[in-house]
Amino acid sequence: MSDKFKVLYYVNQFFGQIGGEDKAGIEPEFRKEKVGPAIGFESKLKSEGEVIGTLICGDNYFNEHKEESLSFVMDVIKKEAPDIFVAGPAFNAGRYGVACAEICKAVADEMGIPVVTGMYIENPGLDTCRKEAYVIETSDSAGGMRKALPSMAKITCKLAKGLEIGSPEEEGFIARGMRKSLIVEKRGSLRAVEMLLKRLKGEEFETEMPMPVFNIVEPAAAIKDLSKATIALCTSGGIVPAGNPDHIQSASAQKWGKYDVSGRDALNAPDFYTTHGGYDPVYANEIPDRVAPLDILKEFEKEGYIGKVNNYFYTTTGTGTSVANAVKFGTEIGKELKEAGVDGVILTST
Amino acid sequence: MVKEIERYGIPIVHMATITTISQSVGANRIVPTVAIPHPVGNPTLKPEDEKALRKEMVKRALDALATDITETTHFE
Repeated sequence: MSDKFKVLYYVNQFFGQIGGEDKAGIEPEFRKEKVGPAIGFESKLKSEGEVIGTLICGDNYFNEHKEESLSFVMDVIKKEAPDIFVAGPAFNAGRYGVACAEICKAVADEMGIPVVTGMYIENPGLDTCRKEAYVIETSDSAGGMRKALPSMAKITCKLAKGLEIGSPEEEGFIARGMRKSLIVEKRGSLRAVEMLLKRLKGEEFETEMPMPVFNIVEPAAAIKDLSKATIALCTSGGIVPAGNPDHIQSASAQKWGKYDVSGRDALNAPDFYTTHGGYDPVYANEIPDRVAPLDILKEFEKEGYIGKVNNYFYTTTGTGTSVANAVKFGTEIGKELKEAGVDGVILTST
Repeated sequence: MVKEIERYGIPIVHMATITTISQSVGANRIVPTVAIPHPVGNPTLKPEDEKALRKEMVKRALDALATDITETTHFE
């Protein structure tokens, strides 16, 4: 019997070295070996623990078959009985992040073992698992692997051995929104006055109670009469006119485009295709309306179900695009739509 | 993008496959779609069936725009 603690590892098809977007539909599988980042991760465990196997699943498959994927993963985990579960890091990859998050949450809830993953702070999976998992904060791309793995391994060792976990800042994980009692030398009133004095002097100070930032937009009022409404079509699926005249990036978009579709019945091939680098483009390139359904909107316009399809179609690429840029695009596009008198918007995402 | 467009008071419906992402970014009206590489299509169907499917989904999205809501709503 080895006295090393046992780690089970999860990666997607890319980090599992099966393939890129064309393999994103693969079903989950389990290998009794270390694959991809699991190798580097184990080397950082300083022989205290070992990776007993790697679960691999395609990002699309997981997100499109969540129940089946989770049940496969949970069966393996029950059988292998690891001491701790590790997933990713997913950096800023949305589908991968969601997969890591859903699995981490399920493992923590059902198995009660510690779970560790790594994500960029803007990863859409973060909110799902930040309470259950220790999520090491990473850079937004896989270039940050070298930095992420040691932090993930360090906290894994501590958790496996039941050692005290330091603050999020010390350990490098993203705050879980929990409060912990601890004994400090100075009483609260003294700390509060010191903080206030620092603040009055314009010095740096650190709050003990960061407030959550809520940024919610209330639902806009419904359209009263669809048959008189102008509807605009937007997509983050990267559908562009052939040749991509505005050079919209295939990932981490810096800009959006708008194209006059008033004279068209559909966004058909070969006039349009996708420039999006984050999903398998085969189906979108065959029939771009599968991503941005202009064909159907035009039919509804002809039938009088809606008043009109907006003359311009708006498009960008959603993959890896920063929240800051997405906010900027939304603000700019929204302004144009408002000025054009658009009554409602359909935005499709891949 | 969805949230910032809605901030102008224009109702917007997000058609997406990973609805957890849609919800976490603050979409209020959500229509779940078929698959990531073809949200409003299904290449395994016959062309006319695929088109009927797309039409049904887009109709659901339009009807969502014409429905008053007070909180995040999935139109399934």
